[in-house]
Amino acid sequence: MKKLLELFWTFAKMGAMTFGGGYAMLPILQREVVENKHWATEEELTDYFAIGQCTPGIIAVNTATFIGQKYMGVAGGIAATLGVVFPSLVIISILAGLITNFAHLTWVQNAFAGIQVCVCVLIFNAVRKLWKKSVVDKRTCVIFLLVLAGGIFLDLSPVWYVIAAAVAGIVLKNLEVKAV
Amino acid sequence: MMATYLRLCWEFFKTGLFAIGGGMATLPFLTNIGETTGWYTQTELMNMLAVSESTPGPIGINMATYVGFTVGGVPGAILATLSEVAPSIIIILIIAVMLKKFRDSKYVNNAFYGLRPASTGLIGAACVSVILEVLTCIRVASADGSLLNSFEMTGGSLLNLRGLILAAVLLVLTNWVKPTKNLHPIVFIGLSAVVGVVFGFAGV
Repeated sequence: MKKLLELFWTFAKMGAMTFGGGYAMLPILQREVVENKHWATEEELTDYFAIGQCTPGIIAVNTATFIGQKYMGVAGGIAATLGVVFPSLVIISILAGLITNFAHLTWVQNAFAGIQVCVCVLIFNAVRKLWKKSVVDKRTCVIFLLVLAGGIFLDLSPVWYVIAAAVAGIVLKNLEVKAV
Repeated sequence: MMATYLRLCWEFFKTGLFAIGGGMATLPFLTNIGETTGWYTQTELMNMLAVSESTPGPIGINMATYVGFTVGGVPGAILATLSEVAPSIIIILIIAVMLKKFRDSKYVNNAFYGLRPASTGLIGAACVSVILEVLTCIRVASADGSLLNSFEMTGGSLLNLRGLILAAVLLVLTNWVKPTKNLHPIVFIGLSAVVGVVFGFAGV
């Protein structure tokens, strides 16, 4: 129980220190988990992080579950994950309540109108960064363009694109093997 | 209220299960939830995203908490967040047992060959609709029962010129100017807030 609390608390601290999501968390994880607590080796952490990026869900959560699971089994995985999300729950709930109360003020509305422009740019930059890693040849470019067009013009849940793309990936790679 | 909570759990469980590639990958799902349930508008979602980027914690979790709070207060925040991480916990616990097999699996690697560009495409589509919403008067509307989205014009000028200028400046600063491009997004969000207040961006 003490170990579970330690896991929860350590990951809660890391959650509170991380600004900007999974990628910003890696250096903090290295210091806390590998150097201070010795819960995982450097190589294990790199593996966990790599798999955490390509499995469903939030990268920080996936990595936390991995490390907790390695240290204390299933209960450890759950404790570490609850730890990572705990600061967000507290901070965002307080802020969301506050913002709702001030949303009618003119200067708050003006500030958010400015921020929305910035958010456009931030999302665009995220797409640019992901593009470099995911669109590696002509076929992945076609998949990107098809999903992009579908996402803009069709009223369809993103779930279908994800399922179709996974199938397409397997089929395309199999054809490639046969063609060789 | 009970029905809303259940719907909230279900929608976020789906998001956690199908959003691949980190926090921003949940955006297309959150946009879809807003459209189908009417719980929040695209503009509200953008504000939530801005707050999520500027506060501690993983962006994906912050957004789930914020959306959950908007829909159902503190219980909503807790339910949305826990539902979003539940699939991750289950999947990672399974993978952890067969780590080596998973990493070397041909099927998994091939599936991700298709999944990665698709995930980028989905975020790209969300990006287009957000840009239309903020910088132009064109809106994407999903008509009931129709597979095709329709596009409509709202009143006002076609392009939001001041917004476009700010966007262009930010784009250059975040990508091509060496001293500023590695600064944390919170700096640019703060800067944009100040510009918005000084120039009265909301137009009210």
